[in-house]
Amino acid sequence: MPSLKDLRNRIASVKATRKITKAMQMVAAAKLRRAQEAATAARPYAERMDKILANLGGRAVRETASPLLVGNGKDQVHLLVVLTAERGLCGGFNSNIAKLARADAIRLIASGKTVKILTVGRKGADNLRRDFSRNLFERRELTGIRNVGYKNAEDIADRLLALFDAGEFDVATMYFAEFKSVIAQKPTALQIIPAKIPAVAESKDAGAQAIYEYEPDEELILSSLLKRNIATQIFRGLLENAASEQGARMSAMDNATRNAGDMINRLTIKYNRQRQANITKELIEIISGAEAL
Amino acid sequence: MAGTFKFELVSPERILLSIDAEQAMVPGVEGDFTVFAGHAPLISTLRPGILEVVTGAGKKQIFVKSGFADVNGAAVTVLAETAFDIADTTSSQIAAEIATAEAELAAAQDDDQRALAQIAIERLRSIS
Repeated sequence: MPSLKDLRNRIASVKATRKITKAMQMVAAAKLRRAQEAATAARPYAERMDKILANLGGRAVRETASPLLVGNGKDQVHLLVVLTAERGLCGGFNSNIAKLARADAIRLIASGKTVKILTVGRKGADNLRRDFSRNLFERRELTGIRNVGYKNAEDIADRLLALFDAGEFDVATMYFAEFKSVIAQKPTALQIIPAKIPAVAESKDAGAQAIYEYEPDEELILSSLLKRNIATQIFRGLLENAASEQGARMSAMDNATRNAGDMINRLTIKYNRQRQANITKELIEIISGAEAL
Repeated sequence: MAGTFKFELVSPERILLSIDAEQAMVPGVEGDFTVFAGHAPLISTLRPGILEVVTGAGKKQIFVKSGFADVNGAAVTVLAETAFDIADTTSSQIAAEIATAEAELAAAQDDDQRALAQIAIERLRSIS
């Protein structure tokens, strides 16, 4: 049976924990709003790029098109680009992304493919290191960056393109958590090389698209567009991830705060019972002492 | 000629400008071109240069570094990675951009990249 002093100490420490989780929840809520705004603001660029890409890609000649679009004809080496957070304490956010990547990696290895993993974010590398230490190809960290900018995405995209040109991999897939709502983040795998051309309702504007002019020619525009598209996709992944991370942290901390509250209630009841028991015991001692006289 | 069209300038981070314009001069990679309402559909890549948008209220000059312009009858959409309004930019910001462009010139691996960086530097110098 813990003494009264022990109970008092425990209550105090749980109260301190509750204050911390409450503060983290509020910080996450504030950051979430900003991250959500950034994700929404970035959407038009991606949408318009998709539109041009759908317009061009639908009509590109399959044989001569850029390998970024049709692949380099092989399907042997897979690169998994795993985007995760730099920090923990955000519920299942990091491990859910890692879980999806791990399942895919196991499936690919089982079917005889070579798997290489590039992680962005400290937590992803930590998560995958144990099972795939030999496949971990490169790790990048974005520590100390408050708001991810397009430049960060561009750096990663440049690296991917250099690796692709050097024949280091044939297919690249990006893993990130899509932001559905504050309480729901969906781990998603998105193939970025070769690019998946978005299927825009072509029949509708087919007439308008047929008379487009291109400067310089279609092939050149398409190839530079495809390069940019990779950076755009990665940027989107990073932003979605940032919003998802804050959402996940917010709900995780909300739960923690509530749990701490419950714990404080339970401990307080225990403390009061203990105190009353002590008082009763002392009274019995005094009364029985008086009776003995 | 009096018609207007929707002009949008979009960077990866956000929509920078969305206005009704009467005329837009776009620095295309094969030469500048001016767009009026009802221009034939066109997709062009951009080279570093100054984008001029004329609206009823006046003229805006925007420096763009690279990107794409998508022109169709009703709207012009410019996707640019680096873009800033010349009127709102201080000379120190321009100096910083020049420094970036010079670094790109030094790191350029082929003639195309070198040429683009060179043009960017010249254009930036001309406005600073």
